Amino acid sequence: MLDDRHGDAFVAFEHVQKSYDGQTLVVKDLNLSIGKGEFLTMLGPSGSGKTTCLMMLAGFETATHGEIRLAGRPINQVPPHKRGIGMVFQNYALFPHMTVGENLSFPLEVRGMSKSDREARVARALDMVQMGRFINRRPAQLSGGQQQRIALARALVFDPELVLMDEPLGALDKQLREHMQFEIKHLHERLGITVVYVTHDQGEALTMSDRVAVFNDGRIQQLAAPADLYERPENSFVAQFIGENNKLPGTIEELSGDKALVRLATGEVIDATPVNVTAKGQQTLVSIRPERVEFKPEMMPPGAHMIGATVVDVIYMGDILRARLKVAGSDDFVMKMRNTIGQTRLEPGQRIKVGWHPADARALDPV
Amino acid sequence: MANALDPHAAIATTAGGLTDGGLTDGALRTADGRPLVRALARSQSLARRRAFLLVLPLLAFILITFVVPIGQMLQRSFYNDGFSAHMPQLSQWFAGNPRGAEPDEAAWAALAADLQASAEARTIGIVGTRINYDVPGTRSLFTATGRQVRRGIEPPYQAALLEIDEDWGDPALWSAMREASSPLTGNFYLAALDRTRADDGSIQQVEERQQVYVMLFMRTFWLSLVITVITFVLGFPVAHLLATLPMRKSNLLMILVLLPFWTSLLVRTTSWMVLLQQQGVINDILTWLGVIGPDGRLQMIYNQTGTIIAMTHILLPFMILPLYSVMRTINPSYVRAARSLGATSWTAFRRVYFPQTLPGLGAGALLVFILAVGYYITPALVGGSSGQLISNMIAMHMTDTLNWSMAAALAALLLGAVLLLYWVYDRMVGIDNLKLG
Repeated sequence: MLDDRHGDAFVAFEHVQKSYDGQTLVVKDLNLSIGKGEFLTMLGPSGSGKTTCLMMLAGFETATHGEIRLAGRPINQVPPHKRGIGMVFQNYALFPHMTVGENLSFPLEVRGMSKSDREARVARALDMVQMGRFINRRPAQLSGGQQQRIALARALVFDPELVLMDEPLGALDKQLREHMQFEIKHLHERLGITVVYVTHDQGEALTMSDRVAVFNDGRIQQLAAPADLYERPENSFVAQFIGENNKLPGTIEELSGDKALVRLATGEVIDATPVNVTAKGQQTLVSIRPERVEFKPEMMPPGAHMIGATVVDVIYMGDILRARLKVAGSDDFVMKMRNTIGQTRLEPGQRIKVGWHPADARALDPV
Repeated sequence: MANALDPHAAIATTAGGLTDGGLTDGALRTADGRPLVRALARSQSLARRRAFLLVLPLLAFILITFVVPIGQMLQRSFYNDGFSAHMPQLSQWFAGNPRGAEPDEAAWAALAADLQASAEARTIGIVGTRINYDVPGTRSLFTATGRQVRRGIEPPYQAALLEIDEDWGDPALWSAMREASSPLTGNFYLAALDRTRADDGSIQQVEERQQVYVMLFMRTFWLSLVITVITFVLGFPVAHLLATLPMRKSNLLMILVLLPFWTSLLVRTTSWMVLLQQQGVINDILTWLGVIGPDGRLQMIYNQTGTIIAMTHILLPFMILPLYSVMRTINPSYVRAARSLGATSWTAFRRVYFPQTLPGLGAGALLVFILAVGYYITPALVGGSSGQLISNMIAMHMTDTLNWSMAAALAALLLGAVLLLYWVYDRMVGIDNLKLG
């Protein structure tokens, strides 16, 4: 499924560049292969180029340079209506002057399908999203979540092999959004379609995707499965964009294979895993997830370094306790503790020692 | 799980609750026992009175400057007492004798007495004018006879009056006087539809060479339709461009659209004369280019072509602005969605974009059509004889023939036709779908 060889890729971007004004590149040398049946999410802050990539794939924007291939066929010159790609828009784009049934029937009509075939397909697609009884409603008579389902059904009704989704859940409330995430994921698995999904919501990206491409500044910063992305970010941008993250700036003191010692600005030495540092003396930013920070020596691996910390405050969040610590001169170091029965309750001002497994501290490029 | 997300269940419950509250025979009371309805009315009356005071000046203005004068004017179309008020005896004789009865000596006596009284009261001109509407050339008959009758007239009156002028024996004249003897009359409407009453009172068409009004009505509606279609064809792409161009460019274009709107009507019409006349700019250019010979200069003004060109230009903004305001609200993702669903750009336009512009198109078409139907100055200036519309005829009756009743009848028919069209539009498209910007 995650085959990266170009010949087998279902969708391939090759050296794609895009500029709107001839002055700046919005997309800089994009290379991306998407396998058949894969759920790939393009994640990034606004202006990172992810939506532009989606629009180039859909055919609404032309690539300034490079080639986009769909099922081995270059599609740069193919107009959108001949690409056969289903698309779900951010605002759903349900045609307001047509009923739900007419909306779903539209892609079948323009394909010249007979009336009876159309009706059967529309009914099937509506059942798929449990909206069968709304066939004669107008979009304006539906709630946001219902419109979302109809938009989904319309993008799927003509059996496209590739479906693009442009922040489709952005307008829904949190509960509904989580529910729809589950449903979209379920549909993807059931129909075996390829999905390219654009979002700026990292939770959504991690929950739904097979792989996530993190965009920033017109480039893919990291392309990986959700777990890898969260646990093994390859650079500081990804580490900070995905999830909560502690960062400790320092210099490489020692470097040997997959182990490194980093000396912090305040003089302490900590363990880290070198990721994109190559030499002693290099500046680095060590990234540690708050839930991987330990303050009980018995939980630490043997020989691990620990450094002194002062508790600034502890916030009770129900499932976890979130402690803010002063570490190495900065007081925004966060530690998350599970709220178990025997959990030690820390008090503000308390002096403790914290440490982590060397594999959880990643020495990344300094920002 | 769909049920949990279904908001309609919740709406149904709320609606049920509301109905229950309203139907308990108005027995709802406030905490101190007063009927709720009265308490509500009291609490709102102050705000309502204040709102009414705010609109009062406008209401009075409309009443004084529109409703009253227009009502009075329209009243003239079916009520004209120019004859009946000043010829009471003859009017009474007409009331007492059936249509077709030969005027007997009593009738002639009544006529002579009325003429005498009217001539002394110096109202004979009003009477003559009234009859002159129906039988052209009779105003002088009344005034001349009036002068002689004032000096005295002896019976038998029939012979005496016929001696003064034998035209008094004309049955058409007597028929016209009978029609005018009642102040309430539908004859102006008949005339406005090229109909007249024969001597026996039956309705018939006027002579062919006198049939003008129906033809003018038809021409007015036809030209208005043509102008509406042309403004649509020309205005739609401009409105689309305005709605899709980046702000700075569209602002510039908008100024170009509005510029003719702000220019004086006379200036615009005059510039069309400069451009279109036979020795005008366009003909000069065409001749210079060799498209037409010096003898073949085109007649583009002082005919229907001139009316159409000048009116299209003037009415174009009324089509563009409502279209623009609707198009601006159409999200481009609709067309994109249609394209991604497999529609060619033409199909996407036809099935998805165009239907959404209909509220603007309806508003624009209705505006342009109604304005065109009542247009007066432009056709008067550049229309020649073949480009005159019904409004020019109304103006003629107001200012030249002074037959205000006729003008009122024509105007009432025009107003009726427009209201009818409005009603048809409402039934077919729905007025609430209208978007004027």
